[in-house]
Amino acid sequence: MSDPRYPGFDTLSLHAGSTPDPATGARATPIYLSTSFVFRDSDHAASLFNMERSGHVYSRISNPTNAVLEERIAALEGGVAGIAVASGQAALHLGLATIAGAGSHVLASRALYGGSQNLLGYTMKRFGIETTFINPRDMNAWRSNIRPNTKVLFAETLGNPGLDVLDIDTVAAIAHKHHLPLMVDSTFTTPYLLRPFDHGADLVFHSATKFLCGHGTAVGGLLVDGGTFDWQAAYDKTGRFAELCEPYDGFHGMVFAEESTVAPFSLRARREGLRDFGAVMSPHNAFTILQGIETLSLRMDRHVSNTRRIVEFLVAHPAVESVSYPELPEHPDYQLAQKLLPRGCGAVFSFTLKGDRAAGRRFVESLSVFSHLANVGDAKSLVIHPASTTHFRVPTEQLEASGIREGTMRLSVGLEDADDLIEDLKRGLKASQKGA
Amino acid sequence: MEQLVNGYRAYAYIGGKSFDAALPTAVFIHGAQNDHSVWALQTRYFAHHGFSVLAVDLPGHGRSEGEPLESVEALADWLRALLDVAGVRTTILIGHSMGSLIALETAARAPEKIKGVALVGTAYPMKVSSALLEAARDHEQRAIDMVNIWSHSGIAQKPSAPGPGFYVQGGSRRLMQHISRGNPAKVFYTDFSACNAYEGGEAAAAALQCPAIFVLGKKDMMTPMKAAGSLISKLPAAEVVQIDACGHALMAEQPDQVLDTLFRFTCASAK
Repeated sequence: MSDPRYPGFDTLSLHAGSTPDPATGARATPIYLSTSFVFRDSDHAASLFNMERSGHVYSRISNPTNAVLEERIAALEGGVAGIAVASGQAALHLGLATIAGAGSHVLASRALYGGSQNLLGYTMKRFGIETTFINPRDMNAWRSNIRPNTKVLFAETLGNPGLDVLDIDTVAAIAHKHHLPLMVDSTFTTPYLLRPFDHGADLVFHSATKFLCGHGTAVGGLLVDGGTFDWQAAYDKTGRFAELCEPYDGFHGMVFAEESTVAPFSLRARREGLRDFGAVMSPHNAFTILQGIETLSLRMDRHVSNTRRIVEFLVAHPAVESVSYPELPEHPDYQLAQKLLPRGCGAVFSFTLKGDRAAGRRFVESLSVFSHLANVGDAKSLVIHPASTTHFRVPTEQLEASGIREGTMRLSVGLEDADDLIEDLKRGLKASQKGA
Repeated sequence: MEQLVNGYRAYAYIGGKSFDAALPTAVFIHGAQNDHSVWALQTRYFAHHGFSVLAVDLPGHGRSEGEPLESVEALADWLRALLDVAGVRTTILIGHSMGSLIALETAARAPEKIKGVALVGTAYPMKVSSALLEAARDHEQRAIDMVNIWSHSGIAQKPSAPGPGFYVQGGSRRLMQHISRGNPAKVFYTDFSACNAYEGGEAAAAALQCPAIFVLGKKDMMTPMKAAGSLISKLPAAEVVQIDACGHALMAEQPDQVLDTLFRFTCASAK
């Protein structure tokens, strides 16, 4: 007898979380643009409110379209539950706020998206949650900066801006030794390139705005619970995570860890975080992101193959000073990338052209296929010149301290014909060197 | 709620309300490599609708201490001891899969205590294939995946359990892994061996003095409906409810239908 098998990634991308609509037979997931859902009777209403029955009450808490997306991303990640929220920032906030409060500490990689750095370094600090930022490649720093009030370790699977590849297995082992969960931002890798739960991570979030949606049409975030972390055992040993293991007055004294052995985090995140913070995703956006996920593997393969062509082109170009991509042997995480990311290291990377800020401006302004804007993960190729946009006020010395040079460019490689993209870059590089 | 049973701490989830032995009681018994949380939705409803609830973690499972017990008979005796410690004079027993055999055997051994038996996803004899037994003994993760795949009828469940946004098959897999991590003993193998070896089903059915109901999934591949036939034939007065679009993980795949069926039966039996 052969062993049964789970559905493959592509099948889950199309079907997980979804059944033909029972009301109409619609095969595509309908957009349930309804704030609220009619109760069968008073008892049905009370039992929905009290988590005695599963179902939808009000779209800030749950919605049928969003639920399909949530269950689909949970299936693709190999987790137990997903929560759709308004943006990637909202997903990070919900992940933190569910288990951390005033007096808590977060241990985070310093190689983070600027928005995450702002949230952790400034905004959460204002609410009493302190963050220590460390070099994600320094395992001793992970170990030595854990405090009694640390609640979570946090990093990106591919760090910003240098594409530091997170050694998830090792950092997760450090976290678990201290009875702490590891949360990762997997936006750049998507579950197609990397499934962090398989390597020991406990919580994953995405800015679904990027590759999951894939077309630059919807802002959204997804928080996924791996169901791997034993919150009760951590509470028993350290007293942390009373939020999940002691009665919660805000929901009739519910002890989330008794209600669900494997997913108390998700219960509280929805029952408290979505209910009270209210950063819910629009069902229309959920539909748009679902459409993107249906073709995720096809698109990611093309994103990666185009990126490899462009990296190869840039490495050989005389106007290019350096290229940072983990598939290049000179990248510090080359070996780790070979192990964790055999399908590719994504489609967002940086390179530095020869010249100053003016050369960078000439490059960007000469491109016609690449769009100059502040986003990544679109089907269309994107470029940004940090020294003249996000970091335009920053002096050169400070720029270099954060790994950015005056001629550094960040590309998000899209799905166009690679030859056209290379032609466009050739034009830009030629223009950048004029007057040099 | 925690109690000391046979010298070991025994946990039972009480549905989010305090346990009152003076109320009609419903006891929920999980299956192999599971714990109380498989009954999350049903138990909360019962507890908030006039019943005291005990959703037990069997020895060596979830929050209950001790080694997993090696026979259905031993598990039935353990359950009787737990009911005594909790001060339960009479109760309805609701068991899933291996738990259904424990419910049946307990009802036969303590007829004065049991006012009704609900057998959810049951079969008798509950034979476990040699491939699955060997996997449970030698490659537990493989056994977990085999059971997880065979226990679910489809790729998506609506409404999802315990609520929207939960991926049912993912949760089931993690729960079985959690049981493995929590106990170095071969829990799955012990549970399956107990199911496989149990030979008292027909005698227990013949001795049954209370109402019984069978709740069966029409797409159950673990305990197919026809595998309950011998027990059904021994209990001609029992009600048989077959649930559409449902495999072996009935409580998660069709939570409302399972709840409504069990609640109706339990209310009638508790009178």
